[in-house]
Amino acid sequence: MGILKTFSVGGVHPPENKLSADQAIEVLPLPKQAFIPLNQNLGAPGVAQVQKGDVIKVGQLLAKGEAFISSNVHSPVSGKVLKIDNVMDPSGYRRPAVVVNVDGDEWVDGIDRTDTLVKEIKLSQKEIVEKIHQLGIVGLGGATFPSHVKLMVPEGKTADVLIINGVECEPYLTADHRLMIEKGDEVMVGTTILMKGLGVERAIIGIENNKPDAIKNMTELAGKYKGIEVCPLKVKYPQGGEKQLIKATIKREVPSGKLPIEVGAVVNNVGTAFAVYEAVQKNKPLIERVVTITGKSVAKPGNFMVRIGTPIRELIEKAGGLPEDSGKMIGGGPMMGKALLSMDTPVVKGSSGILILRESESKRVDVKNCIRCARCVSVCPMGLEPVLLAQLAEMEMWEESEQENVMDCIECGSCHYTCPSGRPLLDYIRLGKNKVGQIIRNRGKK
Amino acid sequence: MLTVSGSPHVHGDSSVKKIMYTVVIAMVPAMLVSVYFFGLDALRVLVISSLSCLFFEWLIQKYLIKGPVTIFDGSALITGILLAFNVPSNLPTWIIIVGAFAAIGMAKMSFGGLGKNPFNPALVGRVFLLISFPVQMTSWPEPKMLFGNMASQPDAMGGATPLGFLKEGLKNSTVPELMSKMPDLMMDFIGFIGGSLGEVSVVALLLGAIYMLIKKVITWQIPFAYIGSVLVFTGILWLIDPDMYVDPLFHLLTGGLILGAFFMATDMVSSPISPWGQIVFGIGCGVITILIRIWGAYPEGVSFAILIMNAFTPLLNRWLKPKLFGETIKAA
Repeated sequence: MGILKTFSVGGVHPPENKLSADQAIEVLPLPKQAFIPLNQNLGAPGVAQVQKGDVIKVGQLLAKGEAFISSNVHSPVSGKVLKIDNVMDPSGYRRPAVVVNVDGDEWVDGIDRTDTLVKEIKLSQKEIVEKIHQLGIVGLGGATFPSHVKLMVPEGKTADVLIINGVECEPYLTADHRLMIEKGDEVMVGTTILMKGLGVERAIIGIENNKPDAIKNMTELAGKYKGIEVCPLKVKYPQGGEKQLIKATIKREVPSGKLPIEVGAVVNNVGTAFAVYEAVQKNKPLIERVVTITGKSVAKPGNFMVRIGTPIRELIEKAGGLPEDSGKMIGGGPMMGKALLSMDTPVVKGSSGILILRESESKRVDVKNCIRCARCVSVCPMGLEPVLLAQLAEMEMWEESEQENVMDCIECGSCHYTCPSGRPLLDYIRLGKNKVGQIIRNRGKK
Repeated sequence: MLTVSGSPHVHGDSSVKKIMYTVVIAMVPAMLVSVYFFGLDALRVLVISSLSCLFFEWLIQKYLIKGPVTIFDGSALITGILLAFNVPSNLPTWIIIVGAFAAIGMAKMSFGGLGKNPFNPALVGRVFLLISFPVQMTSWPEPKMLFGNMASQPDAMGGATPLGFLKEGLKNSTVPELMSKMPDLMMDFIGFIGGSLGEVSVVALLLGAIYMLIKKVITWQIPFAYIGSVLVFTGILWLIDPDMYVDPLFHLLTGGLILGAFFMATDMVSSPISPWGQIVFGIGCGVITILIRIWGAYPEGVSFAILIMNAFTPLLNRWLKPKLFGETIKAA
């Protein structure tokens, strides 16, 4: 295969632990009650379109994203709206959600629920973007940025390549991996739709070479689709980071503080490509997604097609229940995921996996003095000095933090992961980003 | 009870202890060679120095700072061994203890312990002794093998180190004349020469250095920049006047250059954090070492050079930043 491509600066190699890589995607049964947060995207929350007592069907609009960076939310279940109330979502905040008592599985008309592959793309570029907007597609890699916004190239910029993120560099997670094996054609058609929506002739699917079966399947399929190539990548975390993936696949470096479009690229996740296929070809809103349930003590790690709003409890029960020695529940992977507070937390559009860590894996190591070994500096994929940023945050020196480019941090956690003294570098850097972000926003208001 | 904390939720397998004991293991070959050449006296110096360093750290942590005692993290042991490496094997025990106190008490604990010291503790200890006890610190025993009595150094040299012999000799003779009275460079490489315990055997030190590079506890920047700049600097002088200036290989194989470049200049705490900062740091060490060796009052300048560059570390950290991702394009 020759020398595999990867990004140039920094990176770490956490143990992969892809326990559920060989488990085919199963459909998770419907929950009795669903909790559907109105805000499941990066940006403004949607405005509720239903009321208490309404009887709703699957696919019905629940919340309308009215702001520019906002997204629609559709009902993943049918039944009666019990209430619209604050519910704790995976971010740990209590936010408005539609609570539905599930009754049957009634779908709105016009959604194609068959498995038939529809290859022919009938919609125009404009219609594609509109459809993706209407059906509430957001980035499924975790950031949940509204997908239609990504397809609207700003004035004066041009896109020449679409990059599909099949890296899945987070340890444990296998949802994207399974999609590429089981739904390869759909992902390819979705990619073709995204290319058309964006107006580019070329797409690159980046996949790390710890997924040889996915690389093989996608490479074979790519031959049948115009302009799509598969780029095998050397395993290195955080290759799934947008800027790292662009650097790895097309050797372009997104300028500090800018978006990928600056270098003519747009990145979408394979999960998103699949959702785009279902929306555009099958008229199906984003109401379900593949979620990995995993952990070393989990009896049956697996991958499930889960309706949005399903409490993670159902997923955990399906995988054999919460293990005795559980110490932590994480929404997402171990490097960037969020610790969850409750098993009642619903699955949302951004949920890529639920990871159950053992008690022994859950506690942080003791914090010792920094020995200035500079490992955090050498692993930082953004070329920052985490040790310095953490110190500046500790001393509340926000101006200096901004000068040291704290806002460039992508929060991949490589610094904390690698620190021999176990210092919580990212905790401090997040604090710095938060404060500096506030300062920058206030400056904009003046 | 479930734990809730920020990401990342997993931690790599590195720890301060692992790093420190890797360095200790890397020093084992040089320790063995020192005992082989200098006999049980070398063992005495190693043991006294290490135990004193551990003792002073314990004493200060327990009774002065009244904080946690962390003497087994390996850092005090490294200081102890390095201090021993930097003194003659016939140094009186009480002087070693004074050196250990200067290293741990003054250079390390008074700044707040591990990670806070601006200067390399072992070198502060060594220089403290060199200035306080110049006679004892420069009376080198001849290396004799632990077993057997192989003639080692030409008689003309007495117990002087090659660098000391050269410095003294250059006052009234030329380099080629002096070189004919000294052992050949192979002896320097293996360690059949006078000097501090740990510095004599280049081959043993290189073994340890390779181990540290493989284990990634040091990076190549500082040692390579250090040694490279010494070779270039002395090479230029040697080409200008080989009667006045000795060849680069001699500079490389004698004195404490290899020990300093791989084991002391690379001290994480007191060296810069960015790769370019480390390269400049190494070059600075090399240039100052040679300035002292050739024009300074002392025959050897490694300790002073590293300590001087330690003082520049905060400035280098400010000046030479790692390259920010996307920075070149930002500037354009």
